[in-house]
Amino acid sequence: MDHAVVSGHQFETSTGIDNRKLLMWVFLASECLFFGSLIAAYLLYRDRSVQGPYPDDLFDIPFTSVSAFVLLMSSVSMVLALASIQRGDRRGLQIWLFTTAALGILFISGQAYEFTEFYHHGLTLDRNLFGTTFFVLTGFHGAHVTVGILILLSLFVMTLQGKITQSESLHIELAGLYWHFVDIVWIVIFTLIYLIQP
Amino acid sequence: MAAVIGQRRSGLSEALRSAREAATGNNIWSWLATVDHKRIGVLYGFTAFFFFLLGGIEALLIRIQLITPESEFLNPDQYNRIFTMHGTTMVFLVVMPLSAAFFNLLVPLMIGARDVAFPRLNAFSYWTFLAGGIFLNASFFTGGNIFQGELGAPDTGWFGYSTLTSTKFSDGHGVDFWIFGLQILGIASLAGGFNFIVTILNMRAPGMSLFRMPLFVWMTLVTSFLIVFAMPVIAVALFELMFDRLFDANFFNPAAGGNPLLWQHMFSLFGHPEVYILILPAMGIVSEILPTFARKPLFGYPFVVFSGVAIGFMSWGVWVHHMYTTGLGTVANAAFGVSTIMIGVPTGVKIFNWMATLWGGAIKISTPLLFAVGFVGMFTIGGLSGITHSMVPSDYQQQDTYYVVAHFHYVLFGGAIFALFGGAYYWFPKFTGKLMNEKLGQLNFWTLLLGFNLTFFPMHMSGLLGMPRRIYTYSEGQGWDTWNLIATIGAFVIAFSVSVFLVNLVLSIMRGEKSGSDPWDARTLEWSLPSPVPHYNFKEIPHVHSLDDFWHRKYTEDEAGRPIPIVAGAAVDDEEHDGHDIHMPSPSYFPLIASSGFPVIATGLIYHTALVPVGVALLLVGLYGWAMEPATEESA
Amino acid sequence: MTLADYRKIKPEEATPETPHGPGAHAHPGALEYVQIGVVLAVITAIEVGLYYIDLSHSLLVVMLIGLSALKFSLVVLWFMHLKFDNRLFSQLFVGGFLLALTIFMVALATLHGKLV
Repeated sequence: MDHAVVSGHQFETSTGIDNRKLLMWVFLASECLFFGSLIAAYLLYRDRSVQGPYPDDLFDIPFTSVSAFVLLMSSVSMVLALASIQRGDRRGLQIWLFTTAALGILFISGQAYEFTEFYHHGLTLDRNLFGTTFFVLTGFHGAHVTVGILILLSLFVMTLQGKITQSESLHIELAGLYWHFVDIVWIVIFTLIYLIQP
Repeated sequence: MAAVIGQRRSGLSEALRSAREAATGNNIWSWLATVDHKRIGVLYGFTAFFFFLLGGIEALLIRIQLITPESEFLNPDQYNRIFTMHGTTMVFLVVMPLSAAFFNLLVPLMIGARDVAFPRLNAFSYWTFLAGGIFLNASFFTGGNIFQGELGAPDTGWFGYSTLTSTKFSDGHGVDFWIFGLQILGIASLAGGFNFIVTILNMRAPGMSLFRMPLFVWMTLVTSFLIVFAMPVIAVALFELMFDRLFDANFFNPAAGGNPLLWQHMFSLFGHPEVYILILPAMGIVSEILPTFARKPLFGYPFVVFSGVAIGFMSWGVWVHHMYTTGLGTVANAAFGVSTIMIGVPTGVKIFNWMATLWGGAIKISTPLLFAVGFVGMFTIGGLSGITHSMVPSDYQQQDTYYVVAHFHYVLFGGAIFALFGGAYYWFPKFTGKLMNEKLGQLNFWTLLLGFNLTFFPMHMSGLLGMPRRIYTYSEGQGWDTWNLIATIGAFVIAFSVSVFLVNLVLSIMRGEKSGSDPWDARTLEWSLPSPVPHYNFKEIPHVHSLDDFWHRKYTEDEAGRPIPIVAGAAVDDEEHDGHDIHMPSPSYFPLIASSGFPVIATGLIYHTALVPVGVALLLVGLYGWAMEPATEESA
Repeated sequence: MTLADYRKIKPEEATPETPHGPGAHAHPGALEYVQIGVVLAVITAIEVGLYYIDLSHSLLVVMLIGLSALKFSLVVLWFMHLKFDNRLFSQLFVGGFLLALTIFMVALATLHGKLV
């Protein structure tokens, strides 16, 4: 049974759910409001920029598709990491955690490249509504991914120190939930912002 | 190499361990590192009360300025900053944290738990709140020479309408302090919201199903959900404004096609749930006080619960009623007019249930009861003016006038503040072991009731006679003069009343009459514990068999439904218990360290970018230390 | 229904002492996860393909939203394990998601914003 630790003694929770896992899901629910607000601002201002550059001047769909694919695959490796440690496979955990972090870094590098390209074509935060809403939305998403990468790397270091065993798989599970969430936000962004053009 | 690293690491953990040792005594370190919900509640309560006094002084300044037409007591710039800070303070630094104080003090006790789910997160909430409150108020000093009346505080109202808040129209740093102050406070609220949701869902004593929880705990749960869903929206709005101001973004820039109404939507999407965040805890308090002093259970408990939940859901469907006059059109206005009228229904249900609770009860007049009844009366008046606001055509007349100021002060002061005062008198004995003075309490209540109504009732009139909000002065002869005079007199009566409370508080702490564990013969679990409550709360976690379990341990009923005391039913085991075999979470400095990063980051973003990495480092050190240290010494 | 019922309906799993075989219905194994990964990749490829086909705008929008909703669901239900976990998690997450969706659609409607 999952436990909550308040006193040194472990006892059952009223729902049978671990406190930390419940916390993570409530947090993710609240993050829907956060990203929903940013996406709404983008959609409100879509096609209302007074001057260019405009999305279809700049978007490189093949490039972003690869980047989206990379992030999706990182969710696969993340869940494989969890599956590993749940079976007690610490080596598997290390490999898949590292892979996830590496794919995350690859995604962020792709974002950085994309941002730089757009910047060189004249898109800045202050240039027009597209620049403002695009950079803020994808920037916050990228910041979330970065935090995720830092968490994954910290966990990876802990696995090297032997600090994560089968009984602590919850840490990996929680990191995974966060990571998958960041992925599904990108699924929404990729479709609404990149693929659907007015 | 490994040996050296090992030694260095153990040097660090030795230092941490002795720092934690220092925090186990009864000294300042124990307060800085506390993770005990009762202490955190006390910290919240005193800090919020301090800000209440500050906000009250700001109110007095406003009222002095408005006592006569064409006064020059404050210049327009000073007036704008003071009313902005008054509103921002009262909402974010007073009512919300006072509610948080009560959540902290009461929820674990009421559900039979030893602490909240995440004690360090709890401490982090408090320190972050303190940081935000200090940061926001620091803005006063950034406008030049404060002693010559040059104030730097934000001056754009507590609602920060765009485009007034743009750098074009507000080029000082006041608005930046407002933005960052609120962001920091938002983090504090979110942390608290998450904590109480998990605590209430997960840490109830065996046998305490959701429908056996005290009403106050239900209201805390609903409020916490509102917090975690509403705060992200204002966080985004504030980020958008920040990007516009700091980096010339275009979110609210009309020249680039931006729409200032986006701000209003975001602010009101947050703002409407926010007002329910402000009132639901107060309603919870009233729902606890009335049954105790009527010596009857809360009438229609399930209905009061469902109304609270319904209010929580419906609060998301009414926000445009703050925007009727912005030109969104008939369809939007009509739809939200209907939804706003409907939200009055669950509130009305509660009011009738409270009245029915008192009806036929064995009423015992005492200060907590007076404040609770005062709440019901004053909140009803405020609710009625709210209903008039829901009607679109009448709101067109009322919007931006003092009628609105009257409305929200009736619900927030006559409502929330009255309930919070009532709660203070009611639960003071539980946490101090002493009673507050009843005579001073009644003087406090009656003068507050008088002063409050003298101040705010006239505003219905001056508002309907056309007096706009947010004006620093007015010309004579418009029919507003007498109302303003009365309102200012009322404000000083309020000030007198609050002083009475302060005197009562100090005297009672110093030499209040001993209360015992259950001075009011109450119904809920906290009263089964000694006063003050031992640090571990319950020697043994209780097993709960019903709603108002403690009452049913004390009393059974005869055929007529009258309570019959059960011998030794309420026996409180006051025997000295050193609690050594009950292991509580260890104190920690890391929440405080993490919180301290936020104001540094904010200062850096406003003044000197080099400070930003310093703040981030503080935050990361705090977070990392918190993550790595064990929650309790045993698991080290 | 009380919260205690949550314990009976969907018992919390992912406890260290319960081993999971790969491909078991109650709990996916590594193979199933990889299969889902392949499906996600394929759907993404289809979405990109649709982008380049000359479809009517509304049809494109419907298909793209449908496909991304499918990807979203696969990740949430399987990778985030919502399909197998305590129902409370689903209620919390879906609640937050639907709340966000609704209020912003309404807000955009009042400002005559276009969703797609």
